[in-house]
Amino acid sequence: MNTASLLVFDGLLLLSIVGLAWASLATTDVRRSVILFMAFGLVLAVAWGRLLAPDVALAEAAIGAGLSGALLLAAALRQPRPLPPESTPPPRNHGTAGVGVVLRWAVTLLCTALAGTLAWALLHVFSSTPHDMLPGAISANLAASGVSNPVTALLLNFRAYDTLLELAVLLTAVLGIFTLGQANPGYQPAGPVFDGLVRWLVPVLILTAGYLLWVGAHAPGGAFQAGAMLAAAGVVLRLAGQSRIGLPQGFMLRLVMAAGVGLFLLVGFTLLILGRPFLGYPPAWAGTLILMIETAAMLSIATTLVLAFLGGRPEATGVKAAANRQCEQIPRC
Amino acid sequence: MLTTQLLYALAGCVIVALGLRGALLHPSLLQRVMAINVMGAGVFMLLIAVAYRGPGLAPDPVPHALVLTGIVVAVSATALALALARRLHAQQDDD
Repeated sequence: MNTASLLVFDGLLLLSIVGLAWASLATTDVRRSVILFMAFGLVLAVAWGRLLAPDVALAEAAIGAGLSGALLLAAALRQPRPLPPESTPPPRNHGTAGVGVVLRWAVTLLCTALAGTLAWALLHVFSSTPHDMLPGAISANLAASGVSNPVTALLLNFRAYDTLLELAVLLTAVLGIFTLGQANPGYQPAGPVFDGLVRWLVPVLILTAGYLLWVGAHAPGGAFQAGAMLAAAGVVLRLAGQSRIGLPQGFMLRLVMAAGVGLFLLVGFTLLILGRPFLGYPPAWAGTLILMIETAAMLSIATTLVLAFLGGRPEATGVKAAANRQCEQIPRC
Repeated sequence: MLTTQLLYALAGCVIVALGLRGALLHPSLLQRVMAINVMGAGVFMLLIAVAYRGPGLAPDPVPHALVLTGIVVAVSATALALALARRLHAQQDDD
């Protein structure tokens, strides 16, 4: 493809991205807004592919558009539909309306100024010649990292610390969700057509997750994309009206939730005891250790994302759970 | 400096501004959460544009890893925000 046609493609892609972002935030109909936001995420994934970032494109399509979209859509469906325009109450008195318009313009002006400043700073950065010391250092040490995909090497070896803390952030978020109450009520059992689709889709998603986890060592993929695929299988099962969606219960659930952080810390401290730096893998073992940590991280990420979709503590079954439920119905039990 | 890099970076700036405006002005809590996500997408676009080195050249993997981390953190923050919003609505209904 020549440069001119590629430029036209870039222009159209960026126009649709900015247009979708604007349209998604301009409408007051929440459901329409969410659907446009999901479309925005998918077109964004195309842009990441265009900028030679396939790892990010996979994650964006699966997480940014897919799971975020599912979360937002489930939240939007719980809200009452907005009233049609003719039945909305008349605007409040002119005084507050005037202040609202002034505020609106002030905020718009400030945001435009921010965009301008950001663009000016970026032009400044781009006009100076890049000193590519970091990419050079990465490609020089890639052979010792245990994997050949530079993004996986960064995430699980060179900057493993960041990924450990990221998994801790995920765990914290899901614990926060747990404290806010019970999971959303489930959905009606699906009809035979959707049920048939689910029977095919779920195994394929699990298989894809395993493939992405394995292939992440030398090609686009890895724990995050694989975890998102597994979580998608859980979301599909939930949408089909299944109450048990493959999540373990009680202590096992907590164990799986913490597995990513736990194994990461275990490996880190074991290496410390053996006299190596924290998370400084010996090159001969690096590949195996990365695969182990990624497997645990994938399970934790998938569990976290499914629990996020449930929106609270999953309903437990059994005698103790029934007693707890009764307890919650009686105040100060 | 590459035209492609510049184009995508400028679009990123516009998306950041759009998202910020939405997050500050939207009456609906859900759409504010969405606007913050849009703003994040703009930041991701800036980072990926900075990483781009031109056709046929390997891009800088550091911003890619940052964005990958960012996407996962963004979805967990979104989930927490939505759970908080749900609890808020439930309490307002009780009053």
